[in-house]
Amino acid sequence: MSDYIEKHPILQFKRGEKVRFIFEGKELEGYENQPIAAALHAAGIRVLSFSDKHNRPRGFFCAVGKCSSCLMEVDGKPNVMVCMVPLRAGMEIRRQKGKNR
Amino acid sequence: MTDSRYQIADREFEICAVGGGPAGLQAAIVAKELGANVVIIDDNPILGGQLIKQTHKFFGSKLHYCGVRGVDIATVLSDRVKELGIEVIDNATVVGYYDNDTLGVLREDIFLSLRAERYIIATGASENMLAFENSDLPGVYGAGAVQTMMNVYGVVPGKRALVIGSGNIGLIVPYQLLQAGVEVAAIVEIMNKVGGYYVHAAKIKRSGVPIYLKHTVIEAKGKESVEAAVISAVGDDYTCLLGTEKTIACDMILIAIGLSPLCDLLYHAGCRIDYVPELGGNVPYHDANMMTSKPNIFVCGDLACIEEASTAMLEGRIAGARAFESLHGKKPEAEDVAEKAKRELEIIRTSPFEERIVCGLRKFTAH
Repeated sequence: MSDYIEKHPILQFKRGEKVRFIFEGKELEGYENQPIAAALHAAGIRVLSFSDKHNRPRGFFCAVGKCSSCLMEVDGKPNVMVCMVPLRAGMEIRRQKGKNR
Repeated sequence: MTDSRYQIADREFEICAVGGGPAGLQAAIVAKELGANVVIIDDNPILGGQLIKQTHKFFGSKLHYCGVRGVDIATVLSDRVKELGIEVIDNATVVGYYDNDTLGVLREDIFLSLRAERYIIATGASENMLAFENSDLPGVYGAGAVQTMMNVYGVVPGKRALVIGSGNIGLIVPYQLLQAGVEVAAIVEIMNKVGGYYVHAAKIKRSGVPIYLKHTVIEAKGKESVEAAVISAVGDDYTCLLGTEKTIACDMILIAIGLSPLCDLLYHAGCRIDYVPELGGNVPYHDANMMTSKPNIFVCGDLACIEEASTAMLEGRIAGARAFESLHGKKPEAEDVAEKAKRELEIIRTSPFEERIVCGLRKFTAH
């Protein structure tokens, strides 16, 4: 997990326990309680879903729960706003296709 | 209703603040200090709104927390909320304003409804998107979004950024990216001068990051995510000048072109919304006491007009005091808080940066 800021002139980051979770069948590591999107981006994953009509890759846009650009499937539940929902150990996260109908 | 996910809260509040940012927190604090029964609803696990990602120090007088970093102001305010024992419903989104002036609130998988005598809506704003070729590629992010990822969660979603827009967010975020060890390719500004404060612009200039004035972004390149951006110079009519295109290698394109007030709840409540571009687009009509066209609904912060955290806090204090008075009648302490904040607002708004806001607010009173 190298994509975390470790040294910062102003801030200190308090992170939760290290936990494992599943992304598209692959096991990854993250910190408990960080937003799922933060864990994925720290692991280098930027494509969160594919658009409904043209199957284009989509990422987050606002990161504060306003734009719905980061909807993913979490533990079988579609349309989860991953920029807001905290990571838990063992979560199964999948890229969502369109509206996941 | 037997569905356990649906709960009707039988409790009522005097004043409900929707939004726990600088405006909503100040409003709630003032109303509680004056003696009202107050609840705050916020969609985050941490109170403070966008203050929690602001590592820069504030300007102005002591009253505006000058010299204090935004993130520390958030702590001061949320500590005060705790101290006063104000009830907070966190991780919750208000999804509707219903008959009998009731709010629908979604908290994780539970839907609850609650009612208050007065509402202070301080939902803030959302970042504007810009349409250009491939602007839906992952890597095209709101500048504030990356600031959240970086300063709140310690994750930077890229290695090299191109920033579009040179208002205060467009100047502060690249500076903070440099602090976090991330490369900044350039800042692109469509106008012929930098939009934000000189202090922030000077830091960027010292850092050596180029600022392209009279330029805009026209395309994002990349297969799965951004690998480069194409920018172009614009003419006096802001159309692109053919042959001036430049390709800039970057894996993030940060959009910092402004914010739009989050009025949805007020549309639902039937408040009058006016289009005032100077204030950020569609904004709720409000008077100098921050009251909307509905006497039980007050507004403050970026929702009322896109401005600053310091002005948002002052508006919040006015809204809190006036909402209290509208419920409990005139009280000298309330009058004092509101008048003091109003005077401070007037002082801040004499700045040339505030000319646009003053002009926009005048449009309201002209109606």
